[in-house]
Amino acid sequence: MNSIYILWLRQLKRYFRSRSRMIGSLGQPILFLVALGFGLGPVFAKAGQGNYLEFIAPGIISMSILFTAIFSGIEIIWDRQFGFLKETLVAPITRWQIMIGRTLGGATVAVFQGIIVLLLSLLFGFRIETFVLIPQMLIFMLLIALLFTALGTAIASVLEDMQGFQLIMNFLVMPFFFLSGALFPLQGVPKVLEVIASIDPLSYGVDGLRGAITGSFHFGLSIDLIVLSSATAILIGIGTYLFSKIQI
Amino acid sequence: MANDNIIEVKNLVKKFGDYTAVDNLSFEVKRGEVFAFLGPNGAGKTTSIKMLTTLLLPTSGSISINGFDPIRQQHETRKSFGIVFQDPSLDDELTAYENLEYHGILYGVPKGLRRQRIEELLKYVDLWERRNSLIKTFSGGMKRRLEIARGLLHHPKIFFLDEPTLGLDPQTRNHIWSYIKKLNKDEGITVFFTTHYMDEAAKAADRVAIIDRGKIIETGTVQQLLKKTKTSSLEDAFLSLTGHEIRDEAVSAHEAFRAHHQMHSR
Repeated sequence: MNSIYILWLRQLKRYFRSRSRMIGSLGQPILFLVALGFGLGPVFAKAGQGNYLEFIAPGIISMSILFTAIFSGIEIIWDRQFGFLKETLVAPITRWQIMIGRTLGGATVAVFQGIIVLLLSLLFGFRIETFVLIPQMLIFMLLIALLFTALGTAIASVLEDMQGFQLIMNFLVMPFFFLSGALFPLQGVPKVLEVIASIDPLSYGVDGLRGAITGSFHFGLSIDLIVLSSATAILIGIGTYLFSKIQI
Repeated sequence: MANDNIIEVKNLVKKFGDYTAVDNLSFEVKRGEVFAFLGPNGAGKTTSIKMLTTLLLPTSGSISINGFDPIRQQHETRKSFGIVFQDPSLDDELTAYENLEYHGILYGVPKGLRRQRIEELLKYVDLWERRNSLIKTFSGGMKRRLEIARGLLHHPKIFFLDEPTLGLDPQTRNHIWSYIKKLNKDEGITVFFTTHYMDEAAKAADRVAIIDRGKIIETGTVQQLLKKTKTSSLEDAFLSLTGHEIRDEAVSAHEAFRAHHQMHSR
């Protein structure tokens, strides 16, 4: 338990010490909220869908959690390049503990980033009906964060350097975001897109988070919970295995 | 103890593709001894240390570290040793104290003992005053001293040091060797280090293994090596045993492997 705690604590310390990173990663969500929320708002309203800002705020919160989570996972590549990974690998702890500690650490950071974006979107006019919804929102934020930190960590354990990073961004992270229903309702989209969205794990996170606020789900609350938690469990398993295979 | 060899290595081989980095090494290190691997860069020293410390799987051969097998008993093996790697391995964004705390917790050192030991070791390496400074403000010598303190935190039986003075100025080098020798005396810890500096091997080690191109050429005390080669300095002994000077090959095993690979793929 203590090993998991110190791995978690290290990630938090690193995050809170790099203010520039914290502030820098808020640029994109703000841009999306302003440009899309206000820019597409009138079109969305004209189509009879209601307030677009209300609609995309959960999507943008999910986006910032997705990005932060994947980055936190991928940070292991820096650990590898700066030599610190050896210190962790040579320690008498199970690879399972390393995977869990890193995933919890990265996920906590990502949830924190998500909360900042949530507060920002409240500033831009996003409204939450009642504060009773907040625990349910936090649960979904945490699930999204855990899932994608585990994914980032698993990927990073097989990458030697940052060369493959662009590939991951363009062919994994961006599609996860754009095809998840974060920016548009999944009702009535072409069949192909609907199928793709249903294999994108972020769709379930966005759906759960949005459902927590509006009360209406696309996939359903229990399906969202089951998909997110089982995908996370599988990725932690894969990550643990990949960690045990690392040779330096 | 029936067996006073704390490290036993038999027929150890590591191949990367068709390049043999470590070629059939066999040697023993006695409990409490200071043992050195002396050889040029690319001789296979780091690759050997990695296999002894569970970071790399051997192609073949057997290893015993404090009675444990680093392949099948990774956990027990990892508890038995401390290590200073050739390249820096500290977290730059944490303070000196936090780096040690991280290590102590991962190695399961209980809180009270951990605090006491961290203070003692930081004072030992003259870094107590800087305990709350971030590592990114440290010089190379300070980082190395901190890594030595860290490697000893959990009271290991064996201390591995891979080129511990590489890139440091002569004064700092002396300083570091005085720590290591004092440790060996004070804590009775077995020290295994690699170096390509003749003077360090001659001054610090009880026994030296001369390693070249993945093979151990000769093992013995410096006196034995000199006697055997009928030379008066370790430099001459090395030349006589390997047929070249130690500075001839300034490539690491990895580079040698790459060069070898490129040659064959042309």
